[in-house]
Amino acid sequence: MITLFLVLTIVFMLMRLLPVDSYFEGRSDAMSETVKNQILSQLGLLDPWYTQLYHFWTKLIFHGDLGNSIVIRKNVPCVKIIWPKAVTSFKFGIISLVFQQVLGLAMGVGMARSKGKFGDKLGNTYILIINAVPAAVYYLFIQLYLSTLFKLPMLYSPREWVSWILPVICLSLGGIASNAMWMRRYMVDQMNMDYIRLARAKGMTSTQVAFRHVMRNAFIPMAQSLPTTILFTIGGSLYVESLFSIPGMGGLLITSIQRQDNTMVQAMVLLYSIISVVGLLLGDIAMMVCDPRIKLVKKGGSR
Amino acid sequence: MSEKDNKTPEQKKPLFRGYADHKISTLQEGFAATNNLEDLRNNPPQPVKPTVCDDGQTPITDDLFVLAHHDPSEAERTGYSNYSYWGSTFRVFFKKRISGILLGFLVLLLAFTFIQPLLPNQKDPYLVNNDPNTGIQLRNLAPNKEYWFGTNAIGQDLWSRIWSGTRTSLFIGLCVAVVSIVVGLILGSIWGYARKWDKLFTEIYNLFDNIPYTILRMLLMYIMHPSLKTMIFVMCLTGWIGMSKYIRNMIVIFRDREYNLASRCLGTPSGRIVVKNILPQLISVIMLQMALAIPDAIGSEVFLTYIGLGLPVSIPSLGNLINEGRKVMLVPSQRYQLIFPVIVVSAITISFYALGNAFADASDPRNHR
Repeated sequence: MITLFLVLTIVFMLMRLLPVDSYFEGRSDAMSETVKNQILSQLGLLDPWYTQLYHFWTKLIFHGDLGNSIVIRKNVPCVKIIWPKAVTSFKFGIISLVFQQVLGLAMGVGMARSKGKFGDKLGNTYILIINAVPAAVYYLFIQLYLSTLFKLPMLYSPREWVSWILPVICLSLGGIASNAMWMRRYMVDQMNMDYIRLARAKGMTSTQVAFRHVMRNAFIPMAQSLPTTILFTIGGSLYVESLFSIPGMGGLLITSIQRQDNTMVQAMVLLYSIISVVGLLLGDIAMMVCDPRIKLVKKGGSR
Repeated sequence: MSEKDNKTPEQKKPLFRGYADHKISTLQEGFAATNNLEDLRNNPPQPVKPTVCDDGQTPITDDLFVLAHHDPSEAERTGYSNYSYWGSTFRVFFKKRISGILLGFLVLLLAFTFIQPLLPNQKDPYLVNNDPNTGIQLRNLAPNKEYWFGTNAIGQDLWSRIWSGTRTSLFIGLCVAVVSIVVGLILGSIWGYARKWDKLFTEIYNLFDNIPYTILRMLLMYIMHPSLKTMIFVMCLTGWIGMSKYIRNMIVIFRDREYNLASRCLGTPSGRIVVKNILPQLISVIMLQMALAIPDAIGSEVFLTYIGLGLPVSIPSLGNLINEGRKVMLVPSQRYQLIFPVIVVSAITISFYALGNAFADASDPRNHR
């Protein structure tokens, strides 16, 4: 909680350093200094920073209010603008998350079981390319070439389900690669352990060992990142959403930055930080659920 | 004159039990086992069966055997190992042909990036080319003999712009990598080794780490005016965090090993323990992080440019070039403006990434046999 408080405070302070031009709705040249100051003081921006911070916190805690948008939809509360966008992002995120987990883990398991063979090498090449080439670059190529190749629409439209395919592919590729990479590494680590040798010695087939012992243990470290990933699906992908013009949160953040809507940027950055902190906390809990040996609460007496 | 020749017979007498003597005694199995050569010379032992060699014909006689000499240099060789850390690192590294090829490619690319403006017949990346006859700008010219990679939307030469952009992007990447490594190394060492500071540093780390890096970078770029300096600054600001955390974790692992305990008991200062005992263990990790920092910096430069927070359009960088190419990608005949920068970016990032991994594997002593 303290971390969250500090993070939000720091982000808020950084926000005070933002250029103030946007508050004048693009007419800053035509306005005199007095008018400018009047607008700023109406918004409470000329108060000393501690007063602003106090107002910000009381508003947020007691009213759940993150302020009103300035440019995108004037004087509409940010929360109201963000909510429908978050729902859209969430739909995309969940679909791609399923792909990421299922395909990524399957690929990781497959690679670990065929370690050093052709399949493993192929998978490694895929992981290498996805990790090394900037996402911005291969997204562009997917948008450009897959759309012409399979006659898919380039941009998102809510009525056509085919327009969902490309964004979901883009969203999943990176996740599949990282899931496969970690799953493979953890599984290879586990396979060299003594208890696996014992399991083999007592006559289990390698398939049984892989699924009953190795996979369960290898999944524990993966579980930690799962809640963060789920939560961040709400945030959507900054790049994919603006590339396919999906009306989601990531796209909204970029639009707010490009149009210099300071309160919107502030509200969304705060939201992202909250998501990240909560995700980390949930991750620890998830790990505890998967592995009974890990305890977050210190018990007295033992050792 | 070697030491051997100076020896008097008296000195030779107490026989040295080394390899040479051992050979003799093995050969003399079947004779009376003794190590005193003087004894052997005086009363040669009676040969026992078999009196012939294994082939069954050649009789075994004394003249088949030669006395072995004691050679001190030979004896020394058994206790000597020519293991050198960097030697075996490079041997393992070059054993895979692909890493040699990648390294060569990267060196050539880097060299060419810096040599290119000095070559003859190169065009100024900023110059807007006009048709000499009509005076009209040569816009969106497809690749030809004059303009190898074509021209962009306002008639600048794409070939020289790509190399100029590569210079900018690599410069950013290298700066960020070096700063992140140095700062991360120093802070990580203090954080890991000095228990007093552990709590404070952990809190600071949590603070930074809880804001997603992309968001933090965007926010900072948004606040400061986008330029080369601010971009490097912003990336360094987020780059050292992960590095120092990593170094810290490794140092905590190695800190209380027995050999460090011994060093501390002998009165070695903490700084020396960190630099001499612990950091050499982390070379592979550091190299890997450094190699990965460069593609990461290039990637986020491309991303920041895309959302409009990158370098000013006037400075050619790979991000700017890709962004320019993206604007015209819907026209198939002009796609070369996107494809060429993309190929260069991918080639650079993939080779850095693969090289970093290969080198990290090679510099791990466990992979040296």
